[in-house]
Formats: sequence, C-alpha cells, structure tokens
Amino acid sequence: MDPAQFLTASGVLIVAGKGGVGKTAVTAALAVAASSIGVRTLVVEVEGKGAMAAMFDADPLGYRDAELIRAATEHADGIHGGVTARTITPDDALLDYLADHGLQRVSNRLVTSGALDLVATAVPGIRDILVLGKIKQLERSGDWDLIILDAPAAGHAITFLRSARGLADAVKVGPIHTQATDVLELLCDPQRCRVALVTLPEETPVNEVIETAYSLEDEVGVALGPVLVNGVFPILDGVAIDPEAAAASAGVSLLEGEAELLRAAAEFRVSRTALQLEQLNRMANDLPLPQVLLPYLFTSDLGRPELEGLAAAVLEGIRSLPGPRGTP
Amino acid sequence: MIDLSRVVGQSHVVVCCGSGGVGKTTTAALIAMEGAREGRKAVVVTIDPARRLADALGLEGLTNEPSKIEGDWSGELWALMLDTKATFDGLVRRYSQDPEQAERILTNTFYKNISGSLSGTQEYMATEKLYELAVEGDYDLVVVDTPPTRNALDFLEAPKRLSHFLDHRLYRVLMLPTRGIVKAVNVAAQTLVRSLAKVVGADVISDAIAFFGAFEGMEQGFKERAERVDELLVADDTAFVLVASPKSDTVIEAGYFADKLKEHGITVRGLIVNRMQPSFPSPEGAAVASTPEATRLRAATLNNSINSSALADHYTCLADARALARGEESHLTGLTERVAPAPVVRVSLQPFEVTDLGALSGLGDVVFGRNAGAR
Repeated sequence: MDPAQFLTASGVLIVAGKGGVGKTAVTAALAVAASSIGVRTLVVEVEGKGAMAAMFDADPLGYRDAELIRAATEHADGIHGGVTARTITPDDALLDYLADHGLQRVSNRLVTSGALDLVATAVPGIRDILVLGKIKQLERSGDWDLIILDAPAAGHAITFLRSARGLADAVKVGPIHTQATDVLELLCDPQRCRVALVTLPEETPVNEVIETAYSLEDEVGVALGPVLVNGVFPILDGVAIDPEAAAASAGVSLLEGEAELLRAAAEFRVSRTALQLEQLNRMANDLPLPQVLLPYLFTSDLGRPELEGLAAAVLEGIRSLPGPRGTP
Repeated sequence: MIDLSRVVGQSHVVVCCGSGGVGKTTTAALIAMEGAREGRKAVVVTIDPARRLADALGLEGLTNEPSKIEGDWSGELWALMLDTKATFDGLVRRYSQDPEQAERILTNTFYKNISGSLSGTQEYMATEKLYELAVEGDYDLVVVDTPPTRNALDFLEAPKRLSHFLDHRLYRVLMLPTRGIVKAVNVAAQTLVRSLAKVVGADVISDAIAFFGAFEGMEQGFKERAERVDELLVADDTAFVLVASPKSDTVIEAGYFADKLKEHGITVRGLIVNRMQPSFPSPEGAAVASTPEATRLRAATLNNSINSSALADHYTCLADARALARGEESHLTGLTERVAPAPVVRVSLQPFEVTDLGALSGLGDVVFGRNAGAR
C-alpha cells in the first residue's frame, strides 16, 4: 500500500499500547516516516514525560506547538512535511474549554477551590473527554494532514477512549454531552480516526494487545490499523551454519574459544527469534490485523539516526501491506 | 553481603514497586513462594488487572479473598487479586454507624464513581488490603504488588489523599448555614455550584452533596485507619523491593522511585532487575575480540570478503548481544549505586515464559541464587 495514502487515510492516528513496549519511540518513528513523505504531522502527548522531545534533542514539550522537524521549504530535498509536537493536559484543556463556553470568569476559582477534582470524580472520564475534545478541535482546524496521538499507557488507553461513550450515556444534556457525542463521532468514523496498537513479539504483550484490540472494537467502535510490532530481531541467515564451518568456507581460522562463544550467541539468538516468530504467528491467528514489524535496536541511545531507521522500517512495512479492497 | 533471601526472611511485609511491564507481579509471586518454601505462611496481593499472577500460578479467577495455592513447599502460599470496589465497600461498612448509613453511601452514584475511578483509590485500597492481611490476618509474610503508577508516593500517600478528599473544602462551604456572616461566602459558593451545574448537570452536584452528607461522622475512622496504614508502611519489618528491567526508561523510573522512597524515610531493601541479556564475555586471556565495536568491525571486514557472509552473521550476532548487554549494564550503574548496600539481583532473560507453577518455581531458583542464572 502507498504510504502517503495509508498515513493520511484518517486525520487522527491514535497510538496505544502497554508501558514498556516502546510506544513513544514508535509514535516518533511514525511521525518521522510521515514527514519524510511530505505529510504535515502533529504529535500530541497526553502524559508529558519528555522522552519524545529527547529523541529529537529538543526541550520537553509543552502546551504550545514545538517544531521537531522543519517543513519542506527549509529543506534542500524538499519533501519534509514537518513534525510539530505538543502536549494536551486535562487542566489546560479544561481552561480552554471553559473559556470557549463563556466561563472564563469562574475558571480560576474552579481550579483553586478544588471543585475541579470534585467534578472529575463525580463525572469519571471528564478529563479524558476534555483532552479528546481538544484533539477533535485540532483535527477540525485543518492545519495538519495527520495528528498522531501518543495515548496513555496500559489499561488506561481503553478507559481513555471509552470515556466518550460512557459520558454520552451518563450526561444526557448540556455541553459535556455535546462534547462527548462529537468525540464519539470522531472515534467511530474510520475516515477521521484510527488506532494503531503497539506491542512486542512476546507472550504477555501479545495477549494484551489481542485483548485490547477486541475491547476497543467492541466497546468503543474505533477502527483499528495494523499492529506495530516493536523489537523484532532481524534475521541473520548465516548463524544457521556452525561457526567452524562458516570459518572454513571463509578461509579464516578461529581463535581459541571463539567457536564456542559464537555458537552460544547464535543459539541464544536463534531461540529468541523462534520464540518471537511463534508469538507473531499466534497473533496473526488470533487477531486478523496486518502487522508492521520494526527492528530491534541494539543500541542504548534513541536519537534521530535510530528514529530514521525505524521510520524506514515503518514505510517498508506499510508498502508491503495489502491495499484497500479491490486493488492488488 | 546481605542477600535477597535474608531480606525476605526478615520481613513481615514486602512491597514490590516499579513501573509497568518489568515483571513486578511475577516477582511478587515468587517472593511469596520463597516465603512458603522457607516454611512460612505467605500471601501475595496482586493488583494487575491483566491477571498475570493468576496465569503464573496456574489459577484462573483469583478473588478479593485469599485462595490457597497447593505446591511442594513446607509453608503455605495464598494469593488474591485486589478488588478495589469490594475493599472500599468493606471499609464503608466497617466505619458506618449503622447499616442504613452504609446503605446510603453504597447506593450513592457519586460513591460508585469514587470507588471505581478516583485516582489514588486503587493505591489506597491496596494499602488497606495490605493492612488487613498483615495486621488482622495470621500471615508470616505479606507480599504486595503495587499499581503501575509513575509515582511511588501515590502508593504511600494514597490513604492521606483520600481522607483529605473526604474532608473537602468545597463540601464544608456548601454545608455552611445560610445565616449571618457566612452567608456571603455561601452565596459565592452557590454561584460556583450553579456554574458547575451548567457544565456537568445538576444531578451530579446533588449526588455529590448527598454523598458528603451521608459520610458525616465517618471521616475520623477513615483518618485513623490511614495513619495506622502509614505506620505499617514505614515499619522496620516492612521491606520495599524495587523491580526494574534494564531498559533505560524503566531504570530512570526506578531511580525516581528510590529517591521518592528515601524522601519518605524508606530505604530500598533490594533491587531485582529482570530480563537481563547475557553478555557472552570472551574467555580470560584469549585474543578474541571482546568489545561490541571490535566484534562488529570483524563482521564488517568479513562482509567485504568472499564466502564470508555466514561468519559475518555470526560476528554480527555476537556484537548485537554484547552491545545490548553493555547498554543495559551502563543504564544500571547509577541505580545500583543509589540503592547500595541493598542487594541487587540481576535475572538473566529466561528461555521460558512464566505461565505455570513449575516455571515460577524455576525462576525463584534463579532469583534466590540457587541456580547459575543469577550473577
């Protein structure tokens, strides 16, 4: 499938997955990939951790737009769509919301009196809906070809996305009801919004991604894109041959102890790779979603070069996806 | 040097903290299992909604009350899955003056929302359950898995935070009499309430007021309980064990946990680092390339020669493994210094997944040093 077509198939792409699966790195890689083919991309973080900004060697993100990759005009190769990033926290979103609804005068008192905590408790999901409402507003603004949302980690992602349906049912009238209904419309329209789940090729993460996929589809009704599988070991065909035989055919003699060392490392790699493959196959059987595989990075630093590598893998993975129905 | 078995052996309560996805639940289970193996009556409280512990123990559907796990140990092993709402309901029943008051609270919509979703409630109920088992139960060892919060203090401060919430200022203002000098305050409060009602609906506000009204008289009981829970958490025979993986982000979070615990006057008694990559060191004195860079260079050179691609793959494979192991070890340096002299257990990546008791027991051997897998 054509990456540009794929990446702009909906204006909002929500990246969700459990903690520890590399969700933020995958979000960053998607943004780099999108920008590299000319897509104007906005990345939104809801749990400001600063990890994303560090990957781009930028200051921690805030409520204002920060440019992580400059758009085409400033680039010699002229294809970059640019990556902008910002955070949206419930408190900021609430203040915006109150201002938009003519309640600016009481907004400070709502916050300082603690009434906000009370409301958030009385109406679960209100914080989430404010954040999603703000994203809907950004989507409608038309300033971006693609908005990538780095969703909250773990089980919270489901609660987060379920908040719209819950609130639309619980609060029958008034602005919150309207907001929830609008957000629900956004979430349930595959032309406007999709969720990409991130996982690792390991037993528990695979179980969790399968569970999450089904509950998102059933309880939220949001369209699911391919599963992004992070940390897949690149295949090294040569390690299937014993190191001594490999050395012989290369006309090289191994040093003392070297064959054992290479053999042990190869065995470990082969067994881990086999486990990964087993999980990928199981996931393919239990979850009818295409998979985009991202390579394991054998480095402790995650910066621009590593992101470019992951982005290349994202684009390659998308190209090998089957196209929309009716096309080969 | 103090080892982890000693830490566990000397503790009445073990609290496992760390970020999500580091094997915290499994670690909690095997610490409790170790207690049972030492002949003690041990119980593990898990909070993870993914039911991983239930999987590891080969048990489907653990409940909010301890179930006994049978196995070949001299002591006893019990396990339960924290049910936040059921625990909260129990607390309300305990401190209500009569069954009618309890009923009024339990059926209130606002209460239902609090007990299900107020941030910190899960942490609070975890400490409550811990207290119930440690003080009112007859267990020798209570191991608790903590919710995957970013902040260790969420767990430590949850009881106080909730009693503070129940003591809500806004509620005090709302309940003030509408006479004399306080009338002006009350008018301002009413304006605020009207604005709120415009946004969220009047039902929500009246539910909240009814809830606080029904709660009248119970705050003291809750507060005292919270103080006793706090005492238990800082007691000498309560050990906080940090669980981490060697990935840089989880190590950073573990360091943050360690600092916060310290601020609270709590010492980390052990650090368990799960899923370490083997480092494949070169044999002593051998001339074999020993750094990841030298190994990778060898692969690159071979890739340029004829018939050498298989051997090059072998060096790439070794270089990958070594780069990974070295990266992990460098992430850990600061953290191990920070928790010193607490024992640090590095658990190497296992060739099996922990899905049953046998596997859990095998992993226990590794963590408690009965096997070469732990370094």
